Order: sequence, then C-alpha cells, then structure tokens
Amino acid sequence: MARAVTTKQKAINTAFALGVALLIFFPILWTILTSFKTEAQAINDPPIFFFFDWTLENYYAVQERSDYMKFLWNSIFIAGGSTLLGIIIAVPAAWSMAFVPSKRTKDILLWMLSTKMLPAVGVLYPIYLLFIELGLLDSRGGLAFVLMLINLPIMVWMLYTYFKEIPVDILEAARMDGASLRDEILYVLTPMAIPGIASTILLNIILAWNEAFWTLNLTAAKAAPLTQFIASYSSPEGLFFAKLSAASVMAIAPILVLGWFSQKQLVRGLTFGAVK
Amino acid sequence: MATQQSRSAARLMMAPAVVLLMGWMLVPLIMTLFFSFKKYVPLRGDTIGNGLDWVGLQNYERFISSSSFWPSVQTTLIIVISVLLITIFLGVLLALLLDQPMWGQGVIRILVISPFFVMPTVSALVWKNMFMDPVNGILAHLWKFFGAEPIQWLSHESLPSIIMIVSWQWLPFATLILLTAIQSLDREQLEAAEMDGAQRLKRFWHIVLPHLSRAITIVILIQTIFLLSIFAEIFVTTGGAFGTKTLTYLIFQRVFDSQNIGLGSAGGVYAIILANIVAIFLMRIVGKNLDK
Repeated sequence: MARAVTTKQKAINTAFALGVALLIFFPILWTILTSFKTEAQAINDPPIFFFFDWTLENYYAVQERSDYMKFLWNSIFIAGGSTLLGIIIAVPAAWSMAFVPSKRTKDILLWMLSTKMLPAVGVLYPIYLLFIELGLLDSRGGLAFVLMLINLPIMVWMLYTYFKEIPVDILEAARMDGASLRDEILYVLTPMAIPGIASTILLNIILAWNEAFWTLNLTAAKAAPLTQFIASYSSPEGLFFAKLSAASVMAIAPILVLGWFSQKQLVRGLTFGAVK
Repeated sequence: MATQQSRSAARLMMAPAVVLLMGWMLVPLIMTLFFSFKKYVPLRGDTIGNGLDWVGLQNYERFISSSSFWPSVQTTLIIVISVLLITIFLGVLLALLLDQPMWGQGVIRILVISPFFVMPTVSALVWKNMFMDPVNGILAHLWKFFGAEPIQWLSHESLPSIIMIVSWQWLPFATLILLTAIQSLDREQLEAAEMDGAQRLKRFWHIVLPHLSRAITIVILIQTIFLLSIFAEIFVTTGGAFGTKTLTYLIFQRVFDSQNIGLGSAGGVYAIILANIVAIFLMRIVGKNLDK
C-alpha cells in the first residue's frame, strides 16, 4: 500500500493540489466574499479580495426585499417532502428485490432506471396540463410528488445496492438462536440497513434541492423554491453584485454543507451502483 | 429459500414503486404522442374539449424543417461533446493529482467537489454577472490586467461561455467518479510495473487508463443524459439567444412562448428518441454490472 514518499514530494503535491482546488472553488469563494461587501466595493476596480469593510447589510436587504424565508421554507418542504415520500415507497421495493429476488428483478431494476432517461422537456406540457386540471400548479405538494417520481429510480437503485451487501447468512444465524421475524427485522436487519437509508436520504435532498427544470416551470409565486428565488435575480437586479452574492450564498449554503458530508455516497447513487 | 408466501409479500412491497413509475412514464408519454399528431394552438382557440384536428405527421415535418431545428441539434451536440471532452480530460488529470500522497486530502476533495452542489440557477447567475460581465466581471479585470480588450462573453462568445459554466458544474462529478475508480486500482500491480522500470507515462497508459475505461464510459453516459437536457443554465443567461438554443430549449419555447403544443410535442418525441439511443448503451453497461 504505502509507497515511500519524501516529505518534500508530499509538500509539492499538497501545494499543487491545493492551488488547483482553490481555482475550482474560486467562484464560490468569490461569491461568499462579495456577499459581505458594499455594492460599491463589489464592483471596485481593481477587485478587492479581503481588505474591505465587512458588512451584513446585503443579507438583511435580500431577506427584506424578496422574502427569503418563504422560498427557503418551500425548498425545505419540497426537498424534504419528496425525499420522505420517496423513502416510504422505495425502501419496501428495494428490500423485496434484494432479499426475495426473482427472475424478473433485474428487468424491473433496469426498467426503473430507464424511466429516468425520459427527457423532462418531452413530457413538460402533459404534466403542466395535468397540474392545471388537478389544481396542482404552483403547489408545494404537487412539486414534491413530481420530484419524488423523478428521483425514485435513483432511490430504489441506491437502496438496492446497499441492501444487497447485507449478508443473508446472518439471518439464519439469528434464526438458529431463536429470533422471531420481528426480532430479525428490528435487531438484525434494521441496524445494518440504516447507513444505506441515511445516505440515500442525503443524496435525494441534494438532488431535489437543486432541481431546476420542474421547479422553474411548475411554480410561480406561492410554491416557488430557492431555484426560482435566484432566477428572479437574473435581470436587472443582477447588476447589484453584493446582493446577488448574498442571495446566492443563502440559496446554496444549506446544501453545500450536506453535500460535503455525502460526497462518498454521491458516487454510488449517481452511477446506480456501477462505481463504488 | 423464498417461500410462496414471501414471494407474494415481496410483490406487494414492490407494487407502489412499480405502479407509480409506470404511470409517470406512460401517462405523459401517451399524451405527448397524442398531441404530436394534433393541431393544438390554444391561442387560436383549439381546446381539448372541442376536439383537436388530426394532422398526421405534419407537426413532425414542420419541426424538422423549421430553420431553428438543425442549428439547435448542432448546438446541443457541441455543448454535450465539448463538456464531455473537457470534464473527462481534466477529470482524469485531477483524479491522478488527488490520488497522490498529500496532507489535507479531505479538505482539498471538499473544495473540488463543491461546484456540484451549487444549484444550476446560482452557478449560471454568478458566472454571468460576477465573472463574465464585460465591465465589472472578474474575467474582464483579468483581461484588462494583461492589457487585453475584455470579451463580451455571453453575447459574442456565447457557446464557449455556456460550455465553461456547464463544465465547471460537471468537472467535480467526473473527478469524483474517476478518483473512486483510481483508488480501487491494485497497488501491487502498479508497484510491480514500477520495479520493472516502466516509465510513469507507460504505467498510466497500460495500467491506469485501461482500469479507468469503465468509469470513463459511465461518466460519459450519465453526463450525456443530464447534458442533453440542460435548461436553467441557458434560461438565466442568454434565454436561448446568440446561438445557444439547444433542442430542449427550442421545445420549451415552442410549448410556452409560441404556445404551439402540437409542434412542441413532436419535438418532445424527437428528444425522447435521442435520449433513448443514449440510454440503451447505459443500460447495457449497468445491466452487465448487475450480473456480477
């Protein structure tokens, strides 16, 4: 495993990697910095990096002008609701496919994946029409339901790959020790399934939070989540860099933190278990 | 082994997911197909209640023969292929770099992966204003610093600008997957090659790259699915102007701006066919993986 590496080599690697990483991270860093500047300092020529008068005024202004809390609450409701609903439906499905596989399990899994390939724009109008007919347009519940459907294949797949890794032998051992079915599920399977379920929840909250096709097209004023909130800054208010930055930071901060915790699970979820 | 009873219980547990996805797939698909064969322009008084006129393949012909169809296909392909090339090339380099022994690898990984968690509307707006603004954007300052004339990014170099924004969003994804794949590489094999005196480049070419080929294929396929349908990045930057109208955006405009549902639906069917061609390849690879 461990190759002998000189300290000098390691230092060079670190410096180089850190430089590249900062370059990639720079747009986010710059947005965060700008959000604490005054508008005048935000467009100062040449740009100011750290030595400006740090202020929170943009955050107050954004909250006051565009009612950030309402959008935030909508985002939480939509992302959380769709994930909760999805988990309730996906866990039993993945569970049965992992523990009671039949000849058709593989076909069903692949078919579920194929529904993910349906381009949203291809079915935009029918969904739009159904939403109007059912009175769901601009409603958080309707949007949460649609996002749940979009992410359901990913949830089932991810849970399936996790459940598959639970050794079935352990159940037989528990049975030999006289465990009942209830004991099996409660004390043997659940503790082993929880990490997989938790990662699935995390990834889905991120995906639902950032979804920007259905949220832009199916909501207006009432149910609009943060993706809409930001899109409303596209013009001409976008010219107010500091306020735009504050709004951006407020929209991405919660999910950025969640994302950092879930980066490992991300690979598995987004490749449908093909890369672990 | 599974008993008859547990089988039917299993079927019952699967039912909600299967039924919902079946409905989600079939209902809108059938409606899109239905509209694509009809004349349906609500602004001219067409309503479903009064019955829609059957026009056969007319919408399909009109959509393809419209002057914006082929440019939109071309734009879509340019964006998808460029982003794929950029993210995979840089992704392999970055993954190799991050795989080297270093301090603070966790922190560096976090910095690199972060753009992936930024919602598309935010990244598009931040790039549009704070980086690509021809007067106050960082890139304009940079150009001026080197004595060059700042570029009017989103109007004169619109396509490269969109490609840049989208590549920034997807580079972390490619890097993370390729890094995961590199880390599963058999170290002993590499060390053996090193002892045999194989050069770095040779080791990369004959051992690392073949090992990565599957991960690269997966990155290509998954990104293609998402890239074929990018929307927000164009919606908030150019709004489809300056030659950035993709197939997705064209259909969106037909349906919502010009309110021609029949025509838009025919376009939707084309988009579905295009996506399915990609999907078939992805399913094969993932399906093979299931057998293991």
